[in-house]
Amino acid sequence: MPTSPSEPLPYDLAVVGAGPAGLAAAVTAAELGLRCVLLDGGHSTGGQYYRHPAPGLGAARPDRLHHGWSVYAGLAERLSAAERAEFRAGHQVWALERTGDGFAVHATRGPEAADRVTLRARTVLLAAGAYERQLPFPGWTLPGVVTAGGAQAMLKAGLVLPGRRIVVAGSGPLLLAAASSLVTAGADVPAVVEATNYLGYARRPGVLAAVPAKLVEGAGHGSALLRHGVRLRPRSAVVEAHGTDRVTAVTVARLDAEWRPLPGTERRIDCDALAVGHGLLPQIDLATELGADTVTGPDGAVALKVDARLRTSVPGLWSAGETNGVGGADLAIAEGELAGHAIAGALPRAALLRRRARLRSFADVMAAAHRPGPGWTGWLRPDTDVCRCEEVPVAKVREAVEELGAGDPRTVKLLTRAGMGWCQGRMCGPAVACLSGSGEPGPDRRPFGCPVPLSQLAAGSAAAAGE
Amino acid sequence: MNPSPPLDVVVVGAGVVGAACAYYAARAGLAVAVVDRGPVAGGTTGAGEGNLLVSDKEPGPELDLALLSTRLWRELAERFGPAMEYEAKGGVVVSATPDGQRALRAFAATQAAVGVDAEEVPAERLRELEPHLAPGLAGGFHYPQDAQVQPALAAAHLLREARRMGAGLITGETVTAIDRGPDGAVRGVRTDRRRLAAPAVINAAGTWGGELAALAGVHLPVLPRRGFVLVTEPLPRIVRHKVYAADYVADVASGSAALQTSAVVEGTPGGPVLIGASRERVGFDRTLSQEVLRRLAAQAAELFPVLADVAVLRAYRGFRPYLPDHLPAIGADPRVPGLHHACGHEGAGIGLAPATGLLISEQLTGKRPELDLTPFRADRFPAA
Ligand SMILES: Cc1cc2nc3c(=O)[nH]c(=O)nc-3n(C[C@H](O)[C@H](O)[C@H](O)COP(=O)(O)OP(=O)(O)OC[C@H]3O[C@@H](n4cnc5c(N)ncnc54)[C@H](O)[C@@H]3O)c2cc1C
Ligand SMILES: Cc1cc2nc3c(=O)[nH]c(=O)nc-3n(C[C@H](O)[C@H](O)[C@H](O)COP(=O)(O)OP(=O)(O)OC[C@H]3O[C@@H](n4cnc5c(N)ncnc54)[C@H](O)[C@@H]3O)c2cc1C
Repeated sequence: MPTSPSEPLPYDLAVVGAGPAGLAAAVTAAELGLRCVLLDGGHSTGGQYYRHPAPGLGAARPDRLHHGWSVYAGLAERLSAAERAEFRAGHQVWALERTGDGFAVHATRGPEAADRVTLRARTVLLAAGAYERQLPFPGWTLPGVVTAGGAQAMLKAGLVLPGRRIVVAGSGPLLLAAASSLVTAGADVPAVVEATNYLGYARRPGVLAAVPAKLVEGAGHGSALLRHGVRLRPRSAVVEAHGTDRVTAVTVARLDAEWRPLPGTERRIDCDALAVGHGLLPQIDLATELGADTVTGPDGAVALKVDARLRTSVPGLWSAGETNGVGGADLAIAEGELAGHAIAGALPRAALLRRRARLRSFADVMAAAHRPGPGWTGWLRPDTDVCRCEEVPVAKVREAVEELGAGDPRTVKLLTRAGMGWCQGRMCGPAVACLSGSGEPGPDRRPFGCPVPLSQLAAGSAAAAGE
Repeated sequence: MNPSPPLDVVVVGAGVVGAACAYYAARAGLAVAVVDRGPVAGGTTGAGEGNLLVSDKEPGPELDLALLSTRLWRELAERFGPAMEYEAKGGVVVSATPDGQRALRAFAATQAAVGVDAEEVPAERLRELEPHLAPGLAGGFHYPQDAQVQPALAAAHLLREARRMGAGLITGETVTAIDRGPDGAVRGVRTDRRRLAAPAVINAAGTWGGELAALAGVHLPVLPRRGFVLVTEPLPRIVRHKVYAADYVADVASGSAALQTSAVVEGTPGGPVLIGASRERVGFDRTLSQEVLRRLAAQAAELFPVLADVAVLRAYRGFRPYLPDHLPAIGADPRVPGLHHACGHEGAGIGLAPATGLLISEQLTGKRPELDLTPFRADRFPAA
């Protein structure tokens, strides 16, 4: 039932996503007196960074796999102590709806997404994090090819390795983190293949120097890799994965500065798994569906546009963490705290503002360094699938652009089905945008944040009036 | 692409209607250029369903157009069928009550008189046609002439063919002015980048057709009528025809601004089931409406209970180009020599596109159009 306007809404703040950003925001806001509900599709708080095994797996000591576990433990403790904050696990939010006095937050609940829940809150903070940017290459759909973050997540959540001899490839700081987790867990990593030459960071040493913790972390990864004899191959890419039932080897080639593969530089590396990632993309569809303004970051990724206090252009909607541009767990926590203060109407400490600004500019430097170069399409073949859900090859996308009049990802999708499948273009979006010649990808627009059973749509939000 | 002058006609709009206009004009030997401010099928054509229906139309000028289009779509399908995902699947209209079935029977009888094939399906035989239909329905009618295309592909392939016949396509340029001579006649258009001289201009600007007409100084009250469609996960063929409940016909014909929904359920060659469509007049508001979602989902599950457990992956929305009397504007505008309209087809623009294109090309080449265009004249609306 719609609540009458005079009746106070049950929550002052609904936080979508219980990663570092959402967790820090909910704790901060609750301690400042707001009634908060913190929602996450997963089984516990922590998000991508502080991912840990599901209870019952019997895994010991998740802290071993993490830097800064104590920071997380502290936040988690404050959350359980905060009377005004309530954590709801297993709630996947699929739409935000503006109501006269705030928002209705629509979620599916439970392991099979069996129930529908609608919660009402005066304000919403989006802290939904990011997902991995994937760029296709011949063989990328073979079993044994996983995403770099996926490999790490598998390790953190289930403590399993995707293979024994794992090549790590792509671009971005996540590669080093993934490789060092993999070798520490006992895998053999014959090479870390990075498309850039890392020089991007060095151009802004001032920014780097200001963030000592980051450097220490990077050095930590580096020394683990050295110890295990892992080879770093800068300015190179995996241009093909080989195998029939499963990946058995990859071809690595050198790249020019635009990421074009240089002929004659190919070499083959045997492996039984490939972990590949090209950075992260902010998960912002819940906000763009409400018309929130976006910006394109230095990594070419579209993020939400926020002001100094992390307000989006939609009144009452705030955003913290990776949704504002990818920048790591420390930045996510800083932004969460900042947003918590701002939503509660409290003035943030100057030190916090400075810290956030410093971490953001570091993030921007990293992002600029790892922005994919336009030449990557050089490793595609006409029969390489761009969209794996709908099995749409490169040739079909090119035909749509060159002969059928498509000039943007949406039209390519309409004419080829690329992006119409289960993942709704999360995987092929960047590649399609690039092949459609539209340059920058537009903001994600997905009416549903995740698939919703028809019966739940049919039940309507009134069914959840008791919530 | 730069069409080489001199041009006979400029088509404004690269939706399915503009594409059909370009195709038939080029086929008639005219030198054509198509201009769109976006990509091909970037307007309502990319946001509709592709039903080519006669079943929902009462006898009258729109049904005449639809019957002509049915024939033309079949011809087009012989050349481009698979590329456009053309399917002669047929429609099934069902009624929940005996009264409803009686009304359908009377409606079908009037349609039969003008050439619509419709076969009554008694309740016990409905499941032969559609095995997953809900039990307890009173009966229905089968319309074998109803068919389906994928609208964006249809537009793109018609345009590709027009280009093979010499037409030019300019995307990403907005028409900002229509040039007229001292006699008031059309001389061409101007875009934000160039001038295209031609003695004729076709307004195929869809929901924005009113704005284009205004550039030529004439009144044409095209308004948006919003519609949502739900898209499920890919499924095996559990819905074979286009299936809808009898109240759909009343909704289509209604002039009310209020929200109307009556689920139209259909499978697609790719697997997803499409559930359309709502109708409401709310301007160009894109907000996802929970009430619309609820109604469409509930009605679809009522028709096909198996759908209750499937996942809906997305919803899309579009704005039908609507004229107050629910008929499109087609043909020469008596107020401005050289100006032709091909817009305002509301929820039937995909279906009616080939007839629209053919009739206009006949007019442009001085032939007598196959159908009387008087009911579609753009000057039928008194200026506000
Ligand atoms: C796969 C992966 C691996 C990473 N590995 C590392 C690493 O090794 N080292 C490192 O420094 N950084 C790593 N990062 C980056 C780091 O995780 C982030 O910087 C940090 O977690 C960002 O915090 P956040 O709170 O913004 O988002 P996240 O931690 O991503 O948290 C977002 C949370 O929101 C939830 N969520 C999203 N959408 C919804 C929804 N619609 N409804 C309900 N809940 C929702 C998710 O379940 C998730 O728990 C990784 C990121 C990813 C994606
Ligand atoms: C939810 C929904 C379901 C539908 N289902 C069906 C169905 O099943 N069957 C059916 O037949 N119809 C259906 N329709 C209706 C159908 O989609 C439309 O009638 C049809 O697409 C109209 O095509 P069009 O070419 O006239 O317009 P559009 O496709 O909108 O094309 C007009 C073009 O003109 C361009 N334009 C406008 N102004 C300018 C300018 N100044 N300069 C340059 N370019 C300009 C636009 O960019 C646009 O591309 C549905 C519609 C909706 C919304």
